[in-house]
Amino acid sequence: MRIHPWSLLPGVVLLVLAGCSTTPRQGVDGAAVDGVAGAPGATGAEVATAGIDEERARYAGPWEDPASPLSKRVIYFDYDNSEIRPEYVALIQTHARYLGTHPQLRVTLEGHTDERGTREYNLALSDQRADSVRRFMLAEGVQSDQVEVIGYGEERPASPGHDEAAWRLNRRVVIEY
Amino acid sequence: MTRLIQASLILCVLLAGAVPGAALARLNIEITGGVEAAQPIAVVPFGVEGSVPVDPGAVIAADLARTGRFAPMPTRDMLDQPTTHEEVDLRDWRLLDMNNLVIGRVVREAQGYRISFSLYDVFRGERLAGATLTATAAGMRNAAHRIADQIHEALTGIPGVAATRIAYISATGHGENARVTLQVADADGYNPQVIVSSTEPIMSPAWSPDGRRIAYVSFENRRPAIYVQELASGRRERVASYPGINSSPVFSPDGRRLAMTLSKDGNPEIYVLDLDSRALTRLTEHFAIDTEPAWSPDGSHLVFTSGRGGSPQIYRVSARGGPVTRVSFEGDYNASPAYAPDGRSIAMVRRINGAFRIALLDVERGFSRLLSRGPLDESPSFAPNSSMVIYATTHGGRAVLAATAVDGGANQRLTQGTDQVREPAWSPAVQ
Repeated sequence: MRIHPWSLLPGVVLLVLAGCSTTPRQGVDGAAVDGVAGAPGATGAEVATAGIDEERARYAGPWEDPASPLSKRVIYFDYDNSEIRPEYVALIQTHARYLGTHPQLRVTLEGHTDERGTREYNLALSDQRADSVRRFMLAEGVQSDQVEVIGYGEERPASPGHDEAAWRLNRRVVIEY
Repeated sequence: MTRLIQASLILCVLLAGAVPGAALARLNIEITGGVEAAQPIAVVPFGVEGSVPVDPGAVIAADLARTGRFAPMPTRDMLDQPTTHEEVDLRDWRLLDMNNLVIGRVVREAQGYRISFSLYDVFRGERLAGATLTATAAGMRNAAHRIADQIHEALTGIPGVAATRIAYISATGHGENARVTLQVADADGYNPQVIVSSTEPIMSPAWSPDGRRIAYVSFENRRPAIYVQELASGRRERVASYPGINSSPVFSPDGRRLAMTLSKDGNPEIYVLDLDSRALTRLTEHFAIDTEPAWSPDGSHLVFTSGRGGSPQIYRVSARGGPVTRVSFEGDYNASPAYAPDGRSIAMVRRINGAFRIALLDVERGFSRLLSRGPLDESPSFAPNSSMVIYATTHGGRAVLAATAVDGGANQRLTQGTDQVREPAWSPAVQ
């Protein structure tokens, strides 16, 4: 495969931007150090301290690995309904078992609805959807302090559309670790 | 005792400061329907000494036109433009088939302006009303709105609502870029001001009966909590942040209590919070959803949405709790009730053939009719004189507001630039 020179441009721009953002930050830190060293009343040797830049890789957990069954974290619902559909039982059980063997972990269940119906009723409906998932997890042995529920109603759609294709994606509970 | 939450107060100030107030687009009001039975009236441009920020006559004419009850004459069709009683020749206006004539003057004073008006019955040759108001330059539009309301009352017997305001949610962006503001604008869309701004959802604005405070729901701490904010100072207090849902706040008619929906006991139920004693009374108890409470104007009972019958319907409960009775029977989805201030009707959202429309239920006679076409209409709110309902709708794929006269006639669409606007709440009438 031939790499067109222009295709590298975004990467170059990012590197330049990265340079821009780190240089002034060091400058600001340096100024603070000078200020301490030159403060009135300072005696003896001039001492300057500095922090270090450290970029570490982040590992949140297996749920971010697309190959892991835990990466499936969205449960979809029927219209105006908070019952868990049979095809999502295995998904919830997988998370429940993982939480059972990792009692230090906490999850938030975020409930959502589509835009149809009134906003406040939808807020309550989204809470009930998230609560359905919570009760299922507790029945599977998850401890109650591991699970938190938040209903967002129709306020945070996953898809901004106004048709069934969008609504289907918006009627959901998301398991957030 | 006041429990001001300092951290949230600071946050509020910071959030409000993030949005420059000057850049707000006003709500644009477009008249979209019917003024067939409107009365002809001539509002002559007011006489002025020097320059004034706005002609009160133009503001009054626009206010009267918006009600749908009046058809103000275009100024270019006027034969003459009197500004004093001596200059008025009612024969000219009879020739033009005007029922009524309004004239006025603005006089500059050391501090601000003195604005006076007279309303005439053209055929009987009588002066029906008149008054003199004082205002600063910034208060000139408000003075004109108050005059419009006096004219409305003199001619119809019903107080006008031009000097009221509208609270609403305005939103831009999606996902990470979402920005939500709670704004308050004059009833004619002018003078919009942000009172809260956030990157997280804000919902359910509700006015206190004195028009000085607004209760709302904010998700700024990741979960919904209910706040009461004083408009003049911007100071606010978090009054409910129980585990689970804290939503649908509505002030009681005496302003001392707040009805709300809480799910702290496991399921969404209706509660009443006494704002002085902080005592919380639970009104409903059912495993289905109970939410969207609305007070009756006399404060004796509330209506609310419940899923207890299998689908959402409107029910009624005493303000002291007790047995619950069903109120809505037409349609398989009725929600978000709003009581008319005169107590005669309840506006609600009704689903018909998959479309959500605003329906008006006559409380005494039990029948109802539809006020809007749908398909995604919601959040009905009455004008304080019960003559109009404002609600949220869609137009060209965008969330906008609409207002419609309860007795037919006037229809308006309210838009704000390219923002999504929703959840309108009409203020009470304030003196």
